[in-house]
This record gives sequence, C-alpha cells and structure tokens, in this order.
Amino acid sequence: MSVIPLLLSLGLALVCPPLLLGVIHKTKAILTGRVGAPVLQPYYDLWKLLQKGAVYSRTTSWVFRAGPLVSPAAFLTAALFVPLTTPSALLSFWGDVVLWAYLIGVARFITVLAALDTGSSFEGMGASREVTFASLAEPALFVALAVIAKVTGSVQLSEMFGPVLGQAWRTAGPALALAAASFFLVLLAENARMPVDDPTTHLELTMIHEVMVLDHSGPDFAFILYGSALKLFLFSVLLVRLLVPVHIGVVWLDLVIVVAGLLGLAVLIGIVESSMARLRLIRVPQLLVTSGVLAAVGLLLVWR
Amino acid sequence: MIAFFLALGVLTVSGGMAVLAGRNSRLATCWGVSGALVGCLAGLAPAIQVLMGSAGFSFRSAWDVPYGEFYLAIDPLTAWFLLPVFGVSALAAVYSSEYLRPFGERQSLGPIFGWFNILIASMALVVAARNAVLFLVAWEVMSLASFFLVTFEDEREEVREAGWTYLVATHLGTAFLFVLFTLLGRQAGSMNFDQFSAISSMPSVLTAVLFLLALVGFGTKAGFMPLHVWLPEAHPAAPSHVSAVMSGVMIKLGIYGILRTLTFLGPPPAWWGQTFLMIGMTSGVLGVVFALSQHDLKRLLAYHSVENIGIIALGLGIGLLGHSKGQPVMSWLGFGGALLHVLNHSLFKALLFLGAGSVLHATGTRELDRLGGLLKTMPWTAFTFLVGAMAICGLPPFNGFVSEWLIYVGGFRGFLEFTTRSGMWLGLGIAALALIGGLAAACFAKAFGTVFLGSPRESRAHPLHEAGPAMLIPMMVLVGSCLAIGLWPHRVVQFMMPAISGIYNETPSLNIEGMASALAGLMMVSATAALFLCITLALVVLRRLSLSNRPISQTVTWDCGYTAPAASMQYTAASFAQPLVRLFQSVLRTQSHEQAPAGYFPASARLTSHTPDVATAYLFLPLFAKVRRGLEGLRWLQQGRVQLYLLYIFITLVVLLVWKLGV
Repeated sequence: MSVIPLLLSLGLALVCPPLLLGVIHKTKAILTGRVGAPVLQPYYDLWKLLQKGAVYSRTTSWVFRAGPLVSPAAFLTAALFVPLTTPSALLSFWGDVVLWAYLIGVARFITVLAALDTGSSFEGMGASREVTFASLAEPALFVALAVIAKVTGSVQLSEMFGPVLGQAWRTAGPALALAAASFFLVLLAENARMPVDDPTTHLELTMIHEVMVLDHSGPDFAFILYGSALKLFLFSVLLVRLLVPVHIGVVWLDLVIVVAGLLGLAVLIGIVESSMARLRLIRVPQLLVTSGVLAAVGLLLVWR
Repeated sequence: MIAFFLALGVLTVSGGMAVLAGRNSRLATCWGVSGALVGCLAGLAPAIQVLMGSAGFSFRSAWDVPYGEFYLAIDPLTAWFLLPVFGVSALAAVYSSEYLRPFGERQSLGPIFGWFNILIASMALVVAARNAVLFLVAWEVMSLASFFLVTFEDEREEVREAGWTYLVATHLGTAFLFVLFTLLGRQAGSMNFDQFSAISSMPSVLTAVLFLLALVGFGTKAGFMPLHVWLPEAHPAAPSHVSAVMSGVMIKLGIYGILRTLTFLGPPPAWWGQTFLMIGMTSGVLGVVFALSQHDLKRLLAYHSVENIGIIALGLGIGLLGHSKGQPVMSWLGFGGALLHVLNHSLFKALLFLGAGSVLHATGTRELDRLGGLLKTMPWTAFTFLVGAMAICGLPPFNGFVSEWLIYVGGFRGFLEFTTRSGMWLGLGIAALALIGGLAAACFAKAFGTVFLGSPRESRAHPLHEAGPAMLIPMMVLVGSCLAIGLWPHRVVQFMMPAISGIYNETPSLNIEGMASALAGLMMVSATAALFLCITLALVVLRRLSLSNRPISQTVTWDCGYTAPAASMQYTAASFAQPLVRLFQSVLRTQSHEQAPAGYFPASARLTSHTPDVATAYLFLPLFAKVRRGLEGLRWLQQGRVQLYLLYIFITLVVLLVWKLGV
C-alpha cells in the first residue's frame, strides 16, 4: 500500500469539511430564490473567528474551555479510520467501528458538559435534547452498521465500506438500501440538520446544537464549527461509500467520485432542509425509532 | 499461601483491635486503616504472583464442621478477583481515615473499622474457599459484615429500613445457594469444589436446575434485575467508602460465584448463553433508565451498578454462547470482556462513590438539585469524578471502553458467524449495548453537570472545602489505574489470560486468525487512545497560539438580555433527564405531585417527582404481602411463652431422633 493516496485522502478530509456546509447553504439559498453566501463562506468564517479574541463567562471553568478542543480532537482521530478511497484508511483494525462510534460519543459528552458549565437554562435545554436524541440514534446507528457488517462479513470500517460492497449490493440490495436510509436519518440527527434541529434558527428555545455552543467565541468557536463540519463529513463519506460502491483502482479517479458523491449528498441535505420544517421535539424520538426499525428490517432481510 | 494467611490474620486481628479501641476514635482509625493496608498489600502479593504465571497455591486442613474442610486455593480466577478485593478495599480504607473523622465526634468508630476489615477478609475467603461449607460460612460473614456497615448511621430511619431490606434480600439469595451446594454435594459425595468439578455426568434436568439456582442465588448478590432491589437502598445508606467497596467489589463476588459454578456444571447448552444475554439486556437498559430518573447522587450510582452488572452479564452470555457453539475466539472475547469489566467497574465505581462521598462530606447533601458549581471549590474531586464518569460511560481513552470493546467485538464475531437464532440474540445484545452507552452518557452528563458545573444552586453558611489528601490520594490512584488500563489494555489482557482460560480450561492458540486480530485490535485501541490525547494537546497549543496577543475578556453567561439571572434558574437535573424519563415512562412510572400556580398573582408553586423501584413496588411488595397473609394462619404458634418454645425444641429433637434411628 503506498503512502501517497493515504496522505492525499487525509489532506482531503482535513480541507473538505467546511465546503460541505458551503454547498448546503448555497443549495438552500438557490432553492429559496436568494443569491446566498459564496460556497467558500465557511472558510472565511473560520478564518475570521481565528483572528479574534475570546470572551468567557465568569460562571465557566476549564471544562468549558476543554469542550472546543476535545471534540474536534475526537473527530480528527475518528477521521483516521474513515476510508475515503481505496483499500484502506490510515488506521484500521478488526472492530474499529466501535471505537469510531465511541470517539464521536466522547466529542458529544464533552460538548454537553461545556454547555452545562455555563449554567444557562438555554444551554442546559440544548444539552438535554442532544443527549436524548443521541442515545436513541446510537442503537439505530449500530443496527445499521450491523446490517452492513453482516453483508460484508467484517466490522472493520475500511472493509465494511470497501470494494466488497459493490458485490453485496447485488446479493443484499434491499437490506443495504434500508440500512442506508436508516444511516441517512442518523446522519441528519447527529449533525443537527433538519428535520431534527434547525441550524439557522435564532431562537434559543428551539435549537439543539447551536444553543449548546452559544457562549463560545473566537478561536474556540472556530474549532467547534470546524469540528461539526468534520463530523458531517465523516458521516457523509460513509454514506457516500455505501451508496456509490464504485472502485476503479486509480486513486485520483476514485477520489473524484467520492468528492462528487459528497457534493451530491450536500445538495440532497440542502434540498431536505429547504423542503421541510423542523419536527416538533416530541416527534423526533419517533423519527429516530423509525430509523432503528428500518435498519432492523434490513437485518431481518439479511437473515433470510 | 503464607502471605495470604498473613493477610487474613492481619485483617482480623486489626479489626478486633479497632473494636477494642472503642471510643478512642483516633486509635481505632489507626488500627483499622494500617491493618487494612498491610493486610491488603500482603494479600495482593500471591494474587499477582499467580497471574504472572506461577503455579497456584493451595492449602488443606481438617475441620470439625460436618462435611467441612479447611480447603483454600488460589488459582488464576481467584487471583483475578482478589485484585479488586484487596486493591480497592485498601484504597477505600485510606479514604475512610479522613471521611469518618466527623462521625468520630459523635459515636465510636471501633465497630465500623472492625467490620470493614472483617468484610475484606471474608471477601478474600469467599474467592479462595474450595469447600462449600467454608464458602457458605465466608459468604455469610461477608453478608453480615456488610449489613453492620450499611447500618452504621442507624439513628436514621431510612438507614434502618435499607439495612433490613438488604438483610432479607441477601439471606433469600443465600437460601438458594444452600440448595445448590447440597444438590452438588449429593452428586459429588463430598463438599469440596474439586470433587464438584470431577462429577462425570449429571442428568440435564439437574444441571438446568443447578444453573438456575446459581443464577438466582448469586444473581441476588450481583444485582441482576429484578433481584437488584436491595442495591439502590443499601448503597446510598452506607458510608461512602463502604458503598465503594460494596458496589465496586462485593457485588462482583456474585459474578465470581456464577463463574465458579459454571466450572462444575460441564459444557453449557446454548440457552444458558441466551439467558445471560437476556439478563444483561434487561439489567443494563433498565438499570441505566432508573439511574436517569434518580435525584440522589448515590442512588443514581447504585443503579449504575445494576447497569454495569448487566454489561458483565452480556459478556458472560457471549462467552457461554461462543463456548457452546464451538467458537473459541468469541468465547474468549466474551469472558475476557466480562472479567475485565469486573476489574474496571470496581475501579471507576469505587472512584465515583468516593467522589460522591467527598461531595457529601463537604456539602452534607446527596440531592442533585441542591448542588452545583462544585468544580470551583473542589477542583480535584471534580476532576476525578469526571474521569470516573467518562470511564463508566465507556468512552476512550479510559478503561471502560476496553472491556466494552471486547464485549462488542465478541458479540460481532458470533453475529457474523451464526445464521441461527443465536445470531439474532447477539444482534439484539449489540443494539442494547449501544443504547446503554448512549443512556449512560446522558446520565453522567446529568450527574457531573448538575453537581460540579454551573454555579451553586444554594448558598451555604460555611465555605466549602476540598477533600483532604487522605481522601484525594486514593481517588488519584484510581484515576491513574483507569487511564493506565485504557492506554495499555494489551498488557492487562495478557495478565488476564490465565484467568480467562481458568473458566473452561481452554485457551485459543494465539495463532488463530481471530485471536491475532483481537490482540492486534487491543494494540490499536491503545495507540488510538494515545493519538487522541496527542491531538488534543496539539489543539491546546494551537489555541494558545491563536489567542496570544488577543483580548480575552470575562462577562456573564448569555442570558438573552434578561437583567437578573439567578443560580436557581439553571437547568436542573430533573429537567435535564425529563425527555428520556418521559420516553421510558411505561417502565419507570415516575410519580409527580404538582401544585400549579393559580390566580393572577401566583404566590407559590411546587413540583416534586419520585421514581420508586418498579420491581419493589409491583413485584416484591405484593408478593411479600401475599406470603404474609398466607402465613397469618400460623400465628397461634407464637404465644410468647418460653415454656412453649422449649417444648417446640424438645418435640423437634424427638422427631429428629426418631427419624435418624429409623424407628
């Protein structure tokens, strides 16, 4: 295995994430008849935030300051396991899917604690919703992953989302389709997108992820923005690899396909966001349970 | 073996001396703590020696008790359980030297130090005993010692109540063990464990009965749902270092008992594994759901013990299923995960209970919604509690993740391998483990967030103080062990190898493909944990660089422009957990009493909620009420006259004599 494709995909994973957000925003702008911000706006935002100083609440402690550092670190570590293209990810071992999911759990845990550290009711509310929905999304994610594991015969991310999938779609297409649908719902929920969370709202009472990070500012907020873009990127890569199991063998061609898939997915998310309203908070658990049920039906299909 | 006897001797003698010290609480503390430390260190030596690969020790000597023999042995399985017994208890003893000081002004500390050391000695004897009578004696001493520890503050009504519940529960469990060992003894013709293992064949009905007896008898001690009812009563009532030892160590001896019994019962059928998976799922999910609905910090932690016992049961189920289906790697991973979780849970649960004890020591309350902002006054306690919370949620880079990873991977092995119903069970188990992980994180975000973050919800007369060194050092040692196992899991697993193969006398060769990849996986888990810490450090540096020469200012938390925010407006623990509690309302049956604000100028409003244990309220209380009504017919036997009781004894003796002589 040569090093260059690995480094190339690592570089892409580091650079690409904010682009997805830009594409989502642009899609939403176009669909609602606005010109919208440039596609590269998230990068400008990050750059601007990194230039700023910081404001901290007097109530907060080191936990609040640790949140914006630990969560992107967890996502960066998780990114090393995600196979952007070709045979393998940078790190890979039998059972890495569990570690991947739990690293995302670490990021969530520390973000929630940082939110609670401000002592604000709004942030407490956001944190409470986040943990509620996350603990329902977790089993759905694992059942969806179990379907893919059963079909590909592995619990190693780079094999589960590797070349074997192309063959698997022929033998277990319906099950994989259900798993993909479930995975898409988990992606929307985990990344604070519609219909679970409204990333553009400006009312503290209705937000989930945004309200948790209300008090962060400057470079801290830049780290958070980058981290959540990276999280979206990680989930999107897996979904794209699942839906487009093309494996040509030429590194740059494979990369182009994946990136095209990612952009397509970003447009799809933009369309979903423009075409529906946020669900009432009481309804969100039902959506997540639906996601789990879809994956479970997929599991029954694989079982014959 | 000499070191082990030395440990037992030192613990018993120092316990006795502590009692004799009586009202002189300083002397009692001195005897109790130094005895516990010396005894535990002496006891750890043979355990470590056996795990390092030296041959096991054993000791036999005649004993006058019928069917009894003073037969002790340390094999790797025993040694593995001796680690928490001696290790965690020693740390708890050090902690207690400072924790108990305020109590010493009011009452004599002799008994509590005495019973504590007896508890350690009896737990060590339980895992080392190789004769059923000796085992039961040690088991009973352990139960009684812990009962007297639980009822330390017996001037409080709820403590007496809890002690009573515990005493009844533990003896009901022990009754099943009597039947279990009697049946085994009849089959083997001896009460020695080596004879039990040598039983060549048993009818499958009998093995099934024995298995179920062990499940109920030992399951009561371990706290399987719905036999867990004593846990959430006894753990909060006991002094915190006792809760740490009971929750961290003593309930694990139930798991030890089950493992030991499995070695007597021969090859397991598949339904045993499935039973354990089912127990694991119910205990795990319900344990954490009940924990979420609690308002009392120590009660919350007690329910988490039920949850973690559930995770251990999942591991056992995977191990048994793997063994019965001829999957050595899966079996190894399941048992390995369960055994490692036994050690891990003893570390982080002890850490959390000690942390809760420090909070109680400083503030005088365990009520979550009356605390808050303690991180600023008790920074070290907060830090150790955070590590414990992350470890118990199974988050890397701490030890909880490693054992859960082993259980997950074992489950996935079988899940990918089996095409029958067993595979479906494993799929369910994996989904349940994921749900448990998510809910546990929610619950500890609630606990840590409400107690340590934000600002204090109540003003206090005295300024709060950080715990002293005697309390902090044991907690820091536990933090260090949690991190060490998280960072070097492969070392620990190598250490654990002989204990795992002690269960079914089989070790998959290290060259099998699955084994090699599992061990390589552990190396990678460790590497990733280290990498994660490095990336975090790099980001710390990056932020420091980007903030240098930039203005950093302090202000209030964003309050939407409201001018008079107060600490009481912070989100409470009850509100935090409310969405999840509501989702699980059908099992939790939370009762809330509401006095809504009324009128144009509402003066007062109240909302209280309370979640009684569903098994107590809907299973055991009605059951015991029925039993009591049934037995009321026998009231006439109790006349309260001594002569009558003497007559009963006489009649019993005559009947026994007649029966024995066969007239």
